[in-house]
Amino acid sequence: MIRQKWNLEIEQRETGVQAQRFLSLTAGLIKRSQVLTLLLILVVMSGYLSIHTKTFLTSTNIFNILRAFSWIAISAFGQAMVIIGGGIDLSAGSVMALSGVISAMLLVHGAGVFVSVIAGLGLGAFLGYVNGVLISKTKLPPFIATLGMMSIGRGLCYGLTGGWPVRKLSEGFLFFGQKDIPVLLWKVPLPAIFMMALAIISFILLNNTRYGYHIYAVGGNELSASLAGINTGRITILIYILSGFFAAIGGILMTSRLGVAAPTAALGYELDIIAAAVIGGISLRGGEGSVWGALVGAAIMQVLRNGLVLTGFPAYWQPSAIGAVIIVAVMLDQLKKR
Amino acid sequence: MPDSDVRPILEMKGICKYFGGVHALEDVDFELYENEILALVGDNGAGKSTLIKVIAGVHSPDRGKIYIQGKNVDIQNPLHARGLGIETVYQELALVETRDVADNFFLGREPTKDRFGIWVDKKKIMETTINTLKKLAISIPSLRTPVRYLSGGQRQALAVGRIIPWGGRIIIMDEPTAALGVEQSAEVLDLVRQLKKQGASIIIISHNLTHVFGVADRIFVLRGGKKVGSRLKHETTGDEIVKLITGAELV
Repeated sequence: MIRQKWNLEIEQRETGVQAQRFLSLTAGLIKRSQVLTLLLILVVMSGYLSIHTKTFLTSTNIFNILRAFSWIAISAFGQAMVIIGGGIDLSAGSVMALSGVISAMLLVHGAGVFVSVIAGLGLGAFLGYVNGVLISKTKLPPFIATLGMMSIGRGLCYGLTGGWPVRKLSEGFLFFGQKDIPVLLWKVPLPAIFMMALAIISFILLNNTRYGYHIYAVGGNELSASLAGINTGRITILIYILSGFFAAIGGILMTSRLGVAAPTAALGYELDIIAAAVIGGISLRGGEGSVWGALVGAAIMQVLRNGLVLTGFPAYWQPSAIGAVIIVAVMLDQLKKR
Repeated sequence: MPDSDVRPILEMKGICKYFGGVHALEDVDFELYENEILALVGDNGAGKSTLIKVIAGVHSPDRGKIYIQGKNVDIQNPLHARGLGIETVYQELALVETRDVADNFFLGREPTKDRFGIWVDKKKIMETTINTLKKLAISIPSLRTPVRYLSGGQRQALAVGRIIPWGGRIIIMDEPTAALGVEQSAEVLDLVRQLKKQGASIIIISHNLTHVFGVADRIFVLRGGKKVGSRLKHETTGDEIVKLITGAELV
């Protein structure tokens, strides 16, 4: 049709020297993929801290870091899917807290571990479903619907507990957050294993299934997606259910680790979760990014926090440092896209 | 050709569509005959896009009936329309700019490897896209290029090209040459004739009367949401069509 002399990708790949191809491929990947760039930054940061502090590169410290950001990262996978699908979920922090509170309350009222955990997860998925319906059916902007849900969820936490933390959770429940699993030479915290497993599952969902293809399509251009026959309302509901569900997993792991379900838990975490996704190169315009970005984004924030503590940076100034990182990360991404 | 013994493949009777208080279509009777190229013309706001969106399942009519090969159908959504053999190239092209060429080629109907339609068959996506684009001599820098980096002509070619493998009986094209230069327009019109040779019935919307007279068998004119005429190409002139479009003969 349009007879310009461009070749198809396949033909290009057939020619050229192998080594050259590898080099240009690597350069292209780093240029194109924010995830690899960020991974590089993470490695440099870790390298610096390993040399300049005695404590950073100890398995205890590394696993503490992993455990500390695992629940943020898990919630960030759900958030990533929402943002890729063209939305935003401000209720993630409240849903984390509420699912922890519900599981804990059921436990202290004598329900089994299995039932309590399932109830907490189900509640997270249900609140996500409500978000999705509000956004897709009543056409509320995602920001407003989930802002409302954030407040409703937090209110439920306070109301149900009377403001008191729920304590004395059973051993079987604390297992999830506190158990270490031997992997090769190390004892890896169970939440970190959950995090990796969920990252892989999320990646496969987004990259290999029709649901994933449709999430990217709806986030990239909702009108085009619906003209192409994609049920955009259903996809919208799906991503908020996933976000609620992942937030609930994060919330239950957090509660299990801390051994107490406080109504004030995870306060403001939604911003950390969104920041993890954004640092990881997931565009708030939708349609672009990957869960690996959210994972690396969450890791960078936690390593930065840890590094600031280890190097004796005053703790009160930490949020400013994190904020600067968010701005710089997104700025780099914007520059690259020009 | 609409002879008495040729039945319409698509027939619409008394179609009405309102948006709020606006009558986008009012009591429109429309027919598309087997293996013809029908040009749908009219001024801006005449209801052309609304009419084809009713056929494509994007809008459902407020009143009226649609028949495909004589059978009354209620087209519920774009997917249903495709199931009925209706393929559409929208004026807005319906491409997702953040996705790459291959993914846009199969947008909304990704082939899957399993019976439940879950696991996307990426290999099939790449192969079918390459083969179709090669067959049509459409040049695209790379199948992995996000559509936002393509030129207007390349996007148009992609939007037209991706309907080809599906073998639609009824093909609708809304302004397929609007974004194109002279040479590229000629190529798209060539493709339209080619599709006719393969047995498809085609509705093409265009503002360009040269294109219309170049490719169409019949011309259907809308004005203010109403049908004002349908003329065989060899029985009409550009002047008459312009008069129908603008309503000049009524003055």
